[in-house]
Amino acid sequence: MYHHTDFDRAFVVDRAQRFREQISRRISGALTEDEFRPLRLMNGVYLQLHAYMLRIAIPYGTISPDQMRRLAAVADRWDKGYGHFTTRQNIQFNWPRLVDIPDMMDSLAEVGVHAIQTSGNTIRNVTADHFAGAAADEIADPRPYAELIRQWSTDHPEFQFLPRKFKIGVTGSPNDRAVVKSHDIGLRMVERNGRHGFEVAVGGGLGRTPLIAQVLADFVPAADLLPYLEAILSAYNSVGRRDNKFKARLKIAVLELGIDHIRELVNARFAEIRAQYDGSDQQVLAEIAAQFTPPDLASGRATAPYDAARAADPLFRSWSDTNLTAHRHPDHAIVTVSLKKHGGTPGDATSTQMRLLADLAERYGHGDLRVSHEQNIVLPHVHRADLPALYHALREGDLATANIGLISDIIACPGLDYCTLATARSIPIAQQIATRFDELKLEHEIGPMKIKISGCINACGHHHVGHIGILGLDRAGVENYQVTLGGDGTETMSIGERAGPGFSGDDIVPAIERVVLAYLDLRRDPAETFLDALRRLGTEPFKAALYPKAEAA
Amino acid sequence: MARIFEPVVISANDLFDGRVIYLSPADQWVGSLCQAELITDEARAKDRLADALALSDRAVGVFLAPARPGPDGRPEPGHLRETFRAAGPSNYFHGKQAEHA
Ligand code: HEM
Ligand code: SF4
Repeated sequence: MYHHTDFDRAFVVDRAQRFREQISRRISGALTEDEFRPLRLMNGVYLQLHAYMLRIAIPYGTISPDQMRRLAAVADRWDKGYGHFTTRQNIQFNWPRLVDIPDMMDSLAEVGVHAIQTSGNTIRNVTADHFAGAAADEIADPRPYAELIRQWSTDHPEFQFLPRKFKIGVTGSPNDRAVVKSHDIGLRMVERNGRHGFEVAVGGGLGRTPLIAQVLADFVPAADLLPYLEAILSAYNSVGRRDNKFKARLKIAVLELGIDHIRELVNARFAEIRAQYDGSDQQVLAEIAAQFTPPDLASGRATAPYDAARAADPLFRSWSDTNLTAHRHPDHAIVTVSLKKHGGTPGDATSTQMRLLADLAERYGHGDLRVSHEQNIVLPHVHRADLPALYHALREGDLATANIGLISDIIACPGLDYCTLATARSIPIAQQIATRFDELKLEHEIGPMKIKISGCINACGHHHVGHIGILGLDRAGVENYQVTLGGDGTETMSIGERAGPGFSGDDIVPAIERVVLAYLDLRRDPAETFLDALRRLGTEPFKAALYPKAEAA
Repeated sequence: MARIFEPVVISANDLFDGRVIYLSPADQWVGSLCQAELITDEARAKDRLADALALSDRAVGVFLAPARPGPDGRPEPGHLRETFRAAGPSNYFHGKQAEHA
């Protein structure tokens, strides 16, 4: 677990103090809204439909129990007793009063949590595999690199006014759980001749123009990572378009200029920048890495209680089949705690639940908690013998839904219930789909299925990379939902294909049901997932299920 | 042919707490849509927007929000977005609907 340095702490406290002064000048009228808006955005404060929203960073999704408890305390004292975990490993509070935000920030700063660079045209919160440091398939823990990038990018004078926001995602595993190719820079750790390095892809992004990042370099030695990233940012700063907001992302520069041209620019900058690096970054990295040493897992405890509970309790067995992932230490498991109770709001946790998760992480999980981009919480290191007790505690806290990776584990953005940019609601659609398939008792039969919903083309809900994606639109003041099929956010990434005309709010859930039932009919056997079947058969039979009348006509 | 002017109210968010507010006929910022001034005339909308901007010390993002007259003549939301702004989100009983419960 990374512990902030005195410098970090002073920086965060100072920043909160400066923002307090800015808020008081806004309230006194000394600053106009036009003057204040960029300042509040720099501090993660948006104005949404019903209230202000405070977006807080959880760098690479890693959060300590004390930090989680502090989020709970902030939710109780200054918000409505809950928080919303997002696809960018942030937490958002939906109801703070502007006048309270300085106190919220001071309180968070005490535990090293802040909202810096969660908005604005800067390098945003660096995201990473939520199983980092624990997964059985991992080459190395990517978080020391993510932390290095965080330190380098925080308040970097050259990168505070980029043409647009800039997102970096990192994975240390060949299996991509961080959707790295949808980032401006996607980093995937690779090993070559016993050395660690990164495959660096650039120009990914969802939103209005969904694009899969292209490989800029297939192996950048770990020691060159920072100067190489700096070269990319520097090239982007010079070629990124500032004349048109919709064309300002790196992905458009890659599209318009071509990856080879971008590579030439980056390599030229890299040659200059590399020479300026004197090795101090590697020293910093070594200090960071020393703080990410894995917990001491060697215990010699028997896992018998786990096997016994599996045999005795079918509900526990179902939960452990669905919500556990292989840990690199065979006596341990990675536990994903679902924030997707059927009919609940995806990604929301109450303050009571946050406190429970903090306690359980301390009791059973070596004090480690993660926020996944899929809006769930992860306890990455739990001994198998502790799983029955953990499960029962989660049940008490209404956190034991056994649906990870299944049809009700839906990513949904806040949509028109909260977001000023939205064109339709996302949350009720997610709630209805989850409730419907729970009633049908088909969820486990269907198997791996990713449904992702966005309330507008900005695609915060990642609908383009959903096996089934749902995009909410506004048709003359009425909600309308467009379906995409065949998206995939993993290492085999693909962008979903638009299926046809959109559906009304009343018709969308039955339409999804038809596609899913068609899959159950069409699949070769239960081992063939929805995505596999769709890739084998093409989208046509699924479209036919979506639009049965058009088919009959 | 002149295009038909769709009725509006003047709306914004409150600077201190972000709540949705509306301009009343008496030049007050009020919390409920039904107390807002329903404006059915384009020239009047322009004038009232100017008035609102002059009164905007506690209002952020003043704009003309689509509205329509209800059965009693009071404004009702003229667009789905305004329905949520007037009442609150649909996933929780929060926002305006809760303030008045
Ligand atoms: C369909 C009919 C109506 C709906 C949906 C409705 C809705 C609401 C809502 C949501 C609020 C709370 C807004 C806020 O202050 O934040 C409110 C407040 C209020 N409404 Fe209505 N309303 C309706 C009809 C009426 C009528 C007919 C009257 C008066 C004759 C009225 C008078 C008021 C007043 C005075 C308040 C403010 C109360 C206060 O500030 O404590 N409303 N209404
Ligand atoms: S996808 Fe659109 S509606 Fe949803 S949170 Fe993002 S900007 Fe808002």
